[in-house]
Amino acid sequence: MFDQELFTRVRADFPILKQTVNGHPLTFLDSGASSQQPECVIEAVANFTRTGYANIHRGLYSLSELSTRRYEEARRTVAEFIGTDDSPTVIFTRNSTESINMVAYTWGEQNIQEGDSIALPVMEHHSDLVPWQQLALRKKALLRWIEILPDGSLDLDSLDKALSYSPKLLAFAWVSNVFGTINPVQEIVRRARAHGPITIVLDGAQGVPHLYTDVKKLDVDFLAFSGHKMLAPTGIGVLWGRRKLLESMPAFLFGGSMISIVKRERSSWDVLPNRFEAGTPNITGAIGLAAACDYINSIGRDKIREHDQALMQYAIDKLNDLEGAQVLGPLDITQRAGALSFYFRGLHPHDIATLLGREGVCVRAGHHCCQPLMREIGMMGTTRMSFQVYNNFADIDRLCQALLKAGEVFKSAVCSPECAGRKLKVMVQTGHHQLWPTCCANAACPSSKCSSCDVAPANRALGNTMDSCAPMFNTPIIDLKTKKKP
Amino acid sequence: MSHDTLIDDDLYRQIILDHYSNPRCHCRLENPTLTAEGNNPTCGDEIELDLQVEGGIIKDVGFVGDGCSISVASSSMLAEMIKGKTVNEAVKLAKTFKARLLSHSATASEAEETFEDVDIGELEALDGVKDYPVRIKCALLGWETLLSALNQTPNSAKEG
Repeated sequence: MFDQELFTRVRADFPILKQTVNGHPLTFLDSGASSQQPECVIEAVANFTRTGYANIHRGLYSLSELSTRRYEEARRTVAEFIGTDDSPTVIFTRNSTESINMVAYTWGEQNIQEGDSIALPVMEHHSDLVPWQQLALRKKALLRWIEILPDGSLDLDSLDKALSYSPKLLAFAWVSNVFGTINPVQEIVRRARAHGPITIVLDGAQGVPHLYTDVKKLDVDFLAFSGHKMLAPTGIGVLWGRRKLLESMPAFLFGGSMISIVKRERSSWDVLPNRFEAGTPNITGAIGLAAACDYINSIGRDKIREHDQALMQYAIDKLNDLEGAQVLGPLDITQRAGALSFYFRGLHPHDIATLLGREGVCVRAGHHCCQPLMREIGMMGTTRMSFQVYNNFADIDRLCQALLKAGEVFKSAVCSPECAGRKLKVMVQTGHHQLWPTCCANAACPSSKCSSCDVAPANRALGNTMDSCAPMFNTPIIDLKTKKKP
Repeated sequence: MSHDTLIDDDLYRQIILDHYSNPRCHCRLENPTLTAEGNNPTCGDEIELDLQVEGGIIKDVGFVGDGCSISVASSSMLAEMIKGKTVNEAVKLAKTFKARLLSHSATASEAEETFEDVDIGELEALDGVKDYPVRIKCALLGWETLLSALNQTPNSAKEG
């Protein structure tokens, strides 16, 4: 159990949570998209803007010197936060996406050649997928996909298969933004390194905000993360890389601050970190990110982990008690962090999120920027709640109450909660070739009335594989994923 | 099923829920003369719309796709309403409905022209969507796909 008193105080640090929506308390369960900021972060940014701001580096006056010092102090704070004392290896970017693109456009351009392999899990967020896909297209390299198991965890056999192609690069997310599953970084890295030389990029967007981060222990080559998912303002993110790798990489963006000498015909580049921070950076953002790191440290990262685990267990238990609700991903909370996706009575995630939103409950619905993963699990989307330090059990209670209300609105349009829950479970477990659930195959279900066209009965075969549900209907069925008849 | 005891929600009117649970013309056509795909990149909703147009008249309509209640219901109403209409009538209906939904939104500048003589019929049930800016795209998905289908030159040889 977590320190309730501490986290009651923590919640009070977030001014935005004091507002109401349509008369309901704001129930913010979308921190996986972007988190809220505590008063101390807001104040650190405001105070710096009021009293300490000037452009950094070359200003020969005290305000600029102060600003430069604060910016570099911020870098040291962030470096310490992720377990390195080599602060120039912390490059400030806009966000994880920019960090990953930076690796793709520098290390990737330099090292990936025609015919090379890049290993990548299918569960990746678009930000850790599209940059590699595009790099592969530019270079005529090959993507080696790592599949997922039905419970949403990474398939380690599939990892080994991908590694058998001797990929030059392995990129993967620490924590899945859809399932909230923690990928076993050390085990993955061990297997990857056992295969031979490989460069490993860890997308820490969902991991760093929730898990104790030490780049030495993670043993990856690059770590990307965003400030705005860990209580800092938007527009500030980090790329950490091993010094040797960063120093070997060509520059990414060209311009001021990143140069050493510029001549008419050619130029040379500054040392780390400046080489990768062209132009005036997000100085106030860095101040905000450092303040967020300090704040997280002041709560204690072990305490934050306990709190997240308690919320996760509570949410899983509550959803399991709710008729027709189905949690996606492993039920073992130690394999989870931050995010929890679920289905509810066959309702479309968008409809759920709209109805929850009216009750002041903010969740995310849709593909979560993971379209290949959604195709893999045969869904168009999920509904996801995600936690931060300010959430409490009452938030989850309000979500469940709002879900029941949403169920009432859709009472006439979906099958009974009992059917949906049962069938959805089957669907999650089969993993492949499911049909989009608007209803279920139970003949007794009030929504199982027959209609004349092909797709309607197929919709009712929720949770069954194509082959197994084919004999259940008189008309041919269509796989909504491939649009083909079996 | 009796709907007496059910809440008639501002957004999720019973007629919408009915179209959602029993979408009309929810199938692919055997021999469409026009076909188009539409998707809503913000949420991943997809639709494939088949039309059988003969002599300027929409003889048959079919659609398949994954979507929320709003996008499925709107596409189902579309299918039912444009069957038997001329291409020109269908375009006018689509434009009028678009203009109606976008009239209060920030994207009003994109609004289509409205045709006074067009009866939007059941589509009135989707008026509640105006209060949910993100959902307007859901309600328009089928209609945008229809407009793009009607803009192309008829070609029955669609890749399989």
